[in-house]
Amino acid sequence: MSKMHVKMTVNGKAVEALAEPRTLLVHFLREELKLKGAHIGCESSHCGACTVELDGKSVKSCTMFVAQANGADVTTVEGMANPDGSLGVIQEMFREHHGLQCGYCTPGMIMRAHRLLQENPTPTEEEVRFGMAGNLCRCTGYQNIVKAILAAADNLAAQKEAAE
Amino acid sequence: MYPGAFDYHRPSSVAEAAGLLADLGEEARVLAGGHSLIPMMKLRMAAPEHLIDLQDIEELKTIEVAGGAVTIGAMVTQDSVIRDDALAAAAPIMREASLQIADPQVRYVGTIGGNVANGDPGNDMPGLMQCLDAEFEIAGKAGTRWEKARSFYHGAYDTAKADDEILTRIRFAAVGDAMGYAYEKQKRKIGDYATAAAGVLVGGGKASIAMTNLSDTPIWSEAASNALATGDVEEAVAAALAAIDPMEDMRGPVEFKRHVAGVILRRAIERALSRAV
Amino acid sequence: MNEMTPTPEERAKSLKGLGSSRKRVEDARFTQGKGNYVDDIQLDGQLFGAFVRSPYAHARVVSVDKTAALALPGVIAVLTAEDLAPLGLHWMPTLAGDKQMVLADGKVLFQGQEVAFVVAENRYIAADAVELVEVDYDELEVLTDPFQAEAEGAPILREDIADATEGAHGPRRHPNHIFTWEQGDKAATEAVLGEADVVAEEMVYYHRTHPCPLETCGCVASMDKVNGKLTLYGTFQAPHAVRTVASLISGIAEHNIRVVSPDIGGGFGNKVGVYPGYICAIVASIVTGQPVKWVESRQENLLSTAFARDYWMKGKIAATREGKITGLWCHTTADHGAFDACADPTKFPAGFMNICTGSYDIPVAYLAVDGIYTNKAPGGVAYRCSFRVTEAAYFIERMIEVLAIKLGMDAAELRRINFIRADQFPYNSALGWEYDSGDYHTAWDKALAAVDYAGLRAEQAARLEEFKDGKTRKLMGIGLTFFTEIVGAGPVKNCDILGLGMFDSCEIRIHPTGSAIARLGTISQGQGHATTFAQILASEIGISADDITVEEGDTDTAPYGLGTYGSRSTPVAGAATAMAGRKIRAKAQMIAAYLLEVHDDDVEFDVDRFVVKGAPERFKTMKEIAFAAYNQAIPGIEPGLEAVSYYDPPNMTYPFGAYICVVDVDVDTGVTDIRQFYALDDCGTRINPMIIEGQVHGGLTEALAIAMGQEIAYDEIGNHKTSTMMDFFIPTSWETPHYVTDHTTTPSPHHPIGAKGVGESPNVGGVPCFSNAIHDAFRPFGLTQTHMPHDHWRVWQTANRLGLHG
Repeated sequence: MSKMHVKMTVNGKAVEALAEPRTLLVHFLREELKLKGAHIGCESSHCGACTVELDGKSVKSCTMFVAQANGADVTTVEGMANPDGSLGVIQEMFREHHGLQCGYCTPGMIMRAHRLLQENPTPTEEEVRFGMAGNLCRCTGYQNIVKAILAAADNLAAQKEAAE
Repeated sequence: MYPGAFDYHRPSSVAEAAGLLADLGEEARVLAGGHSLIPMMKLRMAAPEHLIDLQDIEELKTIEVAGGAVTIGAMVTQDSVIRDDALAAAAPIMREASLQIADPQVRYVGTIGGNVANGDPGNDMPGLMQCLDAEFEIAGKAGTRWEKARSFYHGAYDTAKADDEILTRIRFAAVGDAMGYAYEKQKRKIGDYATAAAGVLVGGGKASIAMTNLSDTPIWSEAASNALATGDVEEAVAAALAAIDPMEDMRGPVEFKRHVAGVILRRAIERALSRAV
Repeated sequence: MNEMTPTPEERAKSLKGLGSSRKRVEDARFTQGKGNYVDDIQLDGQLFGAFVRSPYAHARVVSVDKTAALALPGVIAVLTAEDLAPLGLHWMPTLAGDKQMVLADGKVLFQGQEVAFVVAENRYIAADAVELVEVDYDELEVLTDPFQAEAEGAPILREDIADATEGAHGPRRHPNHIFTWEQGDKAATEAVLGEADVVAEEMVYYHRTHPCPLETCGCVASMDKVNGKLTLYGTFQAPHAVRTVASLISGIAEHNIRVVSPDIGGGFGNKVGVYPGYICAIVASIVTGQPVKWVESRQENLLSTAFARDYWMKGKIAATREGKITGLWCHTTADHGAFDACADPTKFPAGFMNICTGSYDIPVAYLAVDGIYTNKAPGGVAYRCSFRVTEAAYFIERMIEVLAIKLGMDAAELRRINFIRADQFPYNSALGWEYDSGDYHTAWDKALAAVDYAGLRAEQAARLEEFKDGKTRKLMGIGLTFFTEIVGAGPVKNCDILGLGMFDSCEIRIHPTGSAIARLGTISQGQGHATTFAQILASEIGISADDITVEEGDTDTAPYGLGTYGSRSTPVAGAATAMAGRKIRAKAQMIAAYLLEVHDDDVEFDVDRFVVKGAPERFKTMKEIAFAAYNQAIPGIEPGLEAVSYYDPPNMTYPFGAYICVVDVDVDTGVTDIRQFYALDDCGTRINPMIIEGQVHGGLTEALAIAMGQEIAYDEIGNHKTSTMMDFFIPTSWETPHYVTDHTTTPSPHHPIGAKGVGESPNVGGVPCFSNAIHDAFRPFGLTQTHMPHDHWRVWQTANRLGLHG
């Protein structure tokens, strides 16, 4: 079984590599590209710690072969900070509202929250809880994560209003 | 939890995919969203030598509602099923059921074709397809044919589709608001398979009842459907319960599942009736 | 002073010390995916190790054939017990005084046991090779029921010690019996039971579960053959103890071993123990001369490392007709699995189970615990609790409810009339503990008022009538719990692990410009130590928490300590931090006096400076003092400003709390809905309220999981049935309720800052609260006791047995 040539865009940059098709996307990101933000928690697509954005969808990178992602546009948590290096709004709200403890689920939470807010900029608490249900956290009990995402929604709305 | 090695193929047409599948033989498998196959491969319960990824076959990614019929390509994701307003109007039970499948990330990737073709008793779409009396388009090297959902499932992971064939499309008659509908599912948490689930359509002197994860195949009961069509809820529930054959697992013993199946079905019927014109 | 001069209050606030909801310093890296967890470590030439595991729960290993695996390109080595035996490493000591096979030595004793260790160039090849190792097994009869362990003809599990009549904790009466641990006065307790007005008796089972942190266990061992130094990175909750154990086991001198705990993705007790993977990675690195990584899969984590609980607690509680408790009796059958690998202090083979008299003034009590071997995974760790405290709390909080039923009393009132009174502290319990401080009545009254307890009971009664009238199929349950924890192990006089006293430590260096670094013997797994320990220090030494770096986890640089588990970091290392800070302050006082040209006793500490008594305009700030410590020759005082403290706590601390929840129970489906949860915690002095609240939310959610569905289940032949996150219940944000938190503050009298620890309270108190709510819903129909977890089918079964399905 031979390696294949893989090309994709990751955090806005074109990347190319040789990889075994069976390499899971999460291992490709972590070990080939050294983007270690996506974490491995359950290996069975239940926990969401490996969530990244792929072609405008939030996906679990532990349940996708790198071959499937060939040609895709991928964003990881490493691509979520502001251009000047400061924390992005969602990241900042997680910090502000204590939406993380051990930090292991956090990159997946942030990536999922990002997509959720792209699709629903003004979610209710119930919508956040439903929309985040593909991400498990063992430390926080979710309450502050939900709070952080609702606060991020408010902040993003205020930013948008200011820009208009 | 690492899959075995394989060669990867990404055809751009159904004909090309069917040709590859036939040529590569029994060591080849078709890959749609992968949320059933990849976990199996990581557990080494499946070890195909070739994977034929259907993601570039654009013709399988469309939802068409026309002339009273709904046609859905096999590569349409659960998420797209939820978002499609025309589909929701033609068969509102599809959106209601899809929202109860897995979680957001899995729904972005998991496809309707994979869900119906795999023959996993835990999947929700097979029962729903039987409820809707859908047909599946099956493509092989020799051409295509249509199979009724109600006769497609033979056992767990055992279907009317041969190993060298691909399930490419699903079609069923639009229901619109002619019938009340409900998809009711009890599960332990989001991301779990059903402890018991029931899909119900009722109205205009017709009814259809199907149940999920209560046997090694989905269960559509003609007797139950007929009883409900005549308004006999008790007989409908009794007939459906007579048709199921649940197995004990961590969700609970058989006695419990049978009881819950009855409760869930009653609730589905009640909700469907409340929506019937 | 002019208007621009900050007041002492403003200066104190700017320090972000005790009581400040300071934002966490850890979060900038975690939110950007820049944490450094063990699987993030990628060393040059790093190999990957993976286990071949037993599919059987009890079997002889007839042969292991590595030929095909070794022939696979990229496979470097395959280790078996035969390879480890010449090094004496095929077995290893456990923390409980037993020993455990590193790789199967002739037989396997639980499903998932480590049989061979494959080392390959990467994780994929290692997995391929695991498939190619051929193992022949002869199956043996399996023992899964601890009550059958001593039955005639029961299979003997531990042939290695079958004849040993003496174990690490006293006499053994059967090859499958590990120990019997007795506490309290048996004769007096049985006399009270014999004469009591009322005795309630019940079997309370706390099922087997697992800490299941989101990050599994793992390590990277790197033997540098040039300088003879072994570096071991890993998910260790006690890195210093791991270094000592690694040295004792491997024979490598302790100064040649460096253990590093990087960021840890949650621990909850899972990462206290020493696992075969660590030993195998070390050996593999020594053999190959290359770094070797081992990281368990989720399935391996649930199969083989660190279960928790599995206590069958038979209880009898005696009381007067009026409800005054007169005695408590408990016999526990403890299922320890195949090896006794509990992580308890040496003298406590059942941990602090003898805190089982709870928050109540019980004059006499007796406890006996029998430890038993079965064909299940070893462990018995403190899953977000202090050494079996959660079992004890569950036991007493169930027994109180059972007694209330027997007496026909309201369970809130029964608790109230039996609480230890505030004026009784320090309180000596019947089972030998000295409770440091508490005010239970105040906390209880506050909690009952907050939820309108009387109103809830009225609503429940109305719901019951509706149910009986056929208007609803949902019952309402009210869960009550008042728990007392025992944390902060512990005094060296009675607490050690493998002979290492359970003190902890802090070392502080003040830099010339007035910033500082503090290093501790503990290790955060998400608790936010880098944030909160800086706050303790800020208040002690008057330097802003923002100017203090906190470091833990590297044994080459941090002072020796026993690590983080059992809510011991704040009670022990937090105390060490305060004490080290006070040493800094004492020296700073002398420097300040010199600089201000007054006697040492004529200056006093004022938030962030020393001032001349009676002349507050004459002062030296801590920053000025720090600089002076490095640039002035001060007679009689050494240069520099550093301190170290090793703190041996005089007593444990005793946090407590009052939890109340409300649940709706659908009797037809068994589906439950926690619609209200109120948690009042008293953890003494509060260091960072934001972090405390976060700890409570998290602990309650772990408690929710345990009480409502999470279990490690086996079938009758020892097959593990819950090794994925689909079947091992972890609630999502959707199933998790919204919590209301509250507090009272009763400082610990012996802790330097009065803090008690909080991380585990919500788990200890949460589990009985959820469980009591389910029980309470069915109380009107005659339920006294049923077993957790209260998942749908078990709740349904309860309703069914009570005849609620018509």
